[in-house]
Amino acid sequence: MPAPEESVQPEHDTAGRVAGEAVDPDIDTLDQAVEGADAPIARSPRPQLDTVAVIAAGGALGALARYGAGQLWPTPSGGFPWTTFGINVVGCALIGVLMVVITDVVHAHRLVRPLLGVGVLGGFTTFSTYAVEALDLARAARPGLALAYLLGTLLAAVAAVTAAASLTGMIHGLARRVDTRRRRGRAGECEHGRSLR
Amino acid sequence: MSAVWVVLGAAVGAPLRYLLDQAVQARHRSLFPWGTFTVNVVGCAVLGLLAGLALTGHTAGWVPELVGTGFCGALSTYSTFGYETRALAANEARTLAVLNAAGSVLAGFGAAATGLLLGLALAQL
Repeated sequence: MPAPEESVQPEHDTAGRVAGEAVDPDIDTLDQAVEGADAPIARSPRPQLDTVAVIAAGGALGALARYGAGQLWPTPSGGFPWTTFGINVVGCALIGVLMVVITDVVHAHRLVRPLLGVGVLGGFTTFSTYAVEALDLARAARPGLALAYLLGTLLAAVAAVTAAASLTGMIHGLARRVDTRRRRGRAGECEHGRSLR
Repeated sequence: MSAVWVVLGAAVGAPLRYLLDQAVQARHRSLFPWGTFTVNVVGCAVLGLLAGLALTGHTAGWVPELVGTGFCGALSTYSTFGYETRALAANEARTLAVLNAAGSVLAGFGAAATGLLLGLALAQL
């Protein structure tokens, strides 16, 4: 017996498209755009060993940098955790830059995103310390500061990704325009030189 | 010496985040980034548990560096969370972006609090 969905004619909207298609989450471009840097690089059933290895190395490096920052700027008990705040916001800005660079600017080696995005930046930034620090503030009878920390990091982090990605895209667009103009100029010179001969 | 514990913990935490994310993402078809959500909530719960045990003096000197700063720090991530939230918002999936932001923060905080309580309870056994 055929499945009931198969016997139903697909509904068409006014534009004549199949209604189901427009919202299919499997549309490649949308799916790729929404996937994060930690999302599967290739949906292979078995993860490749070199990918896992560079993630481990990058993660160790990122975590070491975070540990070093914590040693340099320790957060006083009951104080606003500026160090973790800074780490998470900077890490978000850097992933904004990285994702634009490796998708639009250069053809990156397949291990670049696992190393820098999943590894270094994933290991550098932290969600667990963020949550436990907010909990510490609440326990230190500073619930207002805990809420400000939770919300402040969230807003600053998303703003950092957005601003960094936009800025990188803008700089890339500008550089490409300058490059095209220069190349056109050079081509013109060649034409000119040839006609003189 | 502490730095070595951090490196060791992170060298396990970061690849585990990747593998867990892959496993979770392969099991659903929605746009919601359940993979990152999962690793962050798990990281918060484990770090909360560790904080609870530490409060009662039940952790050795190197455990916070290895399990806390290293493992939990690298298992959880803010950069991917921020990137995915922004990507959802940029792709007309604003409701999902808000749900991911609010849901991750609330679930992470809740998991950390639950872990802390569990740690305190375990210490009383």
